[in-house]
Amino acid sequence: MFKTLLIKYGEIGIKGKNRHLFEDALVRQICHALKKVDGEFSVYKEQGRIYVDCDDDYDFDETVEALKCVFGIVGICPVMKVEDRGLETLGQDVIHFLENVYEEHNQTFKVFTRRARKSYPMESNDVNCELGGMILNAFPGMRVDVHNPEIMLHVEIREKIYIYSRIIPGPGGMPVGTNGKAMLLLSGGIDSPVAGYMICKRGVKLDATYFHAPPYTSERAKQKVVDLARQVARYSGPINLHVVNFTDIQLYIYEKCPHDELTIIMRRYMMKIAEHFAKETGALALITGESIGQVASQTMQSLAATNEVCTIPVFRPLIGNDKQEIVDIAEKIGTYETSILPFEDCCTIFVAKHPVTKPNLNVIRRSELKLQEKIDELVKTAIDTTEVIRIE
Amino acid sequence: MEAYLDNSATTRCTEAVRDVVIHTMMDDFGNPSSKHMKGVEAERYLRDARETIAKTLKVKEKEIYFTSGATESNNWAIIGAAMANRRAGMHLITTAVEHAAVLMPMHYLEEQGFRVTYLPVDQKGHISLTDLEQAICDDTILVSIMYVNNEIGAIEPVAEAGKLIKSKNPGILFHVDAVQAYGKMTVHPKKLGIDLLSVSAHKIHGPKGIGFLYINEKSRIHPLILGGGQQKGMRSGTDNVPGACGLAMAAKEAYEHLGESTEHLLALKKRMMDGLEALNRSLMGQPRIVIHSEPGERSAPHIVSAAFPGVRSEVLLHALEDKGIYVSAGSACSSNKKLPVSTVLKELHLKPELLESTLRFSFCRYTTEAEIDYCLSALAELLPVLSRYARH
Repeated sequence: MFKTLLIKYGEIGIKGKNRHLFEDALVRQICHALKKVDGEFSVYKEQGRIYVDCDDDYDFDETVEALKCVFGIVGICPVMKVEDRGLETLGQDVIHFLENVYEEHNQTFKVFTRRARKSYPMESNDVNCELGGMILNAFPGMRVDVHNPEIMLHVEIREKIYIYSRIIPGPGGMPVGTNGKAMLLLSGGIDSPVAGYMICKRGVKLDATYFHAPPYTSERAKQKVVDLARQVARYSGPINLHVVNFTDIQLYIYEKCPHDELTIIMRRYMMKIAEHFAKETGALALITGESIGQVASQTMQSLAATNEVCTIPVFRPLIGNDKQEIVDIAEKIGTYETSILPFEDCCTIFVAKHPVTKPNLNVIRRSELKLQEKIDELVKTAIDTTEVIRIE
Repeated sequence: MEAYLDNSATTRCTEAVRDVVIHTMMDDFGNPSSKHMKGVEAERYLRDARETIAKTLKVKEKEIYFTSGATESNNWAIIGAAMANRRAGMHLITTAVEHAAVLMPMHYLEEQGFRVTYLPVDQKGHISLTDLEQAICDDTILVSIMYVNNEIGAIEPVAEAGKLIKSKNPGILFHVDAVQAYGKMTVHPKKLGIDLLSVSAHKIHGPKGIGFLYINEKSRIHPLILGGGQQKGMRSGTDNVPGACGLAMAAKEAYEHLGESTEHLLALKKRMMDGLEALNRSLMGQPRIVIHSEPGERSAPHIVSAAFPGVRSEVLLHALEDKGIYVSAGSACSSNKKLPVSTVLKELHLKPELLESTLRFSFCRYTTEAEIDYCLSALAELLPVLSRYARH
């Protein structure tokens, strides 16, 4: 019975003169998300609302699932769209709606009319009362409760009249592409895909960089990261995944520097390389999945040490989250199961038993001096040989 | 150059196998259960396949039942035998180094109230007959022992075990998982006192998805797969004619040339083991190589298992892969668990450094000396480099 979905959006409603830019972006993202769903959909703006008209045999659940991945959507309302043929007919439509949507009719309800078409002959409140009366007559078991109704029946009077009672929550946030692009440092772990998701939620488009270290990391570990990027791309849209071969840099650091500083120095070079690609592709910031104190390389001192090499902002959306909170989001967005597949990533293969937890920047810099001879060349080679995989 | 040295994981089909599979898929594609001529023709293929296989084992045709592979054969033999004989007793015996396709059904039966004794093995992977003798009790109904260990190639004393079991109590069923033995050595169940024998096609250049279970006509086991009553009601499901024909062809080819191929495999094994010893000497203990497999009759001719302490097996595996050399770390079937350390190797009571650095090289009759030499020279090149970067 629902051939139309009303899309509610929150924040972009208040973006002043730029509002149409945000709305257009949202329409674009909705169209993109629905491309993967079988059927014909028409998406259009009308009086500060976005509607999706669906064809006759569309799959409701699949469509809603796709829309739940579109940032900017606050709610998805399956609506019944009817012509305005007077109050009597509207009353019948409303009763018909309740008959079809609910199996039992013993709930409390409230009619909530909004009259966008001011030429409509009655005021909203009068419509509420009239329709409420008709419902009470039709369903003796139903009662009115204006404070805490079980069914909130929305009636929106526009060119046509829209009836709905269910609001399926959307992911919130802002349409992707309205806030520029950032470069995500994607590992195979639980945190980084979630970090990408969080920033993407604020309307930021994503590219990603992954460091692999064959033969220390396997082809499967790389496939895992591609799979994770694909999951994130359900929300973010296409991602250019930069796969950097990090082995030689890692071995060189291992050979020249104290082993307990290995992880920190390695991460500094990862940031440098990721920043290089960020600048090359027009990304305005880096994103990492770091959270204070989670591991040795994520203490405040370690974060400061890795942060120091970056000249563009580094976003760490999970900085204040506990592991369980991150896991909850990972499960919600479907990356958790892939993340826990047991393949080594390049951060763990050479990790020292007791890595430094409070690195001193001067000490780290002094250690890095030992790399002077070959490191620039190695970094350049790593950058030149990077493979870019387009994730749709 | 390429060297596929993972033939205990799977083998390449021979051309004759391919041809017969295609022929029974494309031309003579009938269903043996059909009443018409196409069905009769297909039935003939199936009977011929059964006959060919029965000959290799010196058993009757009606004692061969086709299955989806050795995992099904093992499950069926163990669970089917336990269920059919539980009134005679609730005790089962197996070894601690079986494949998961034996161990998991055993665990399942333990949950169902059966008692299972797991025989330990010595440093080279062999069970002791004294242990077996002591384990047999009045209510033992089934003993399951693998013929050749899939990870290190140890040959278990199956003939002696068969004699011992039958002398203790002829009613005890003796199952042998012969996946790594069939096609590599003469296996005559009647002589060996074997009642149930599991075999897989794809380990002997046949197709995947087909295997068989030999069931001594005097033994009673329950069917596991119920349905249309194919294979005398013991294993329902449309007969896999192409698979059966492919398996039969592979078996025929394997046994036609058994003498020469055994000689060839033994030569390869010697070459590999000598090569590793020589490498060990030239590396002057950096790293030291430890060979688990034995020369001689107590070990299979096609498997060499060795540890390279200081170099993690996965890393060495990927480094070899980079040079087109394919080997296995532990058993390929167990590679998806966290900490993929093999239970078989653990049962050998190896030190952790040996456990996590063990590789398996497995050959087939098409493996060449050049491939062995190529692998040895790659090891000579890689080991000194990789051991320099050992994790500490």
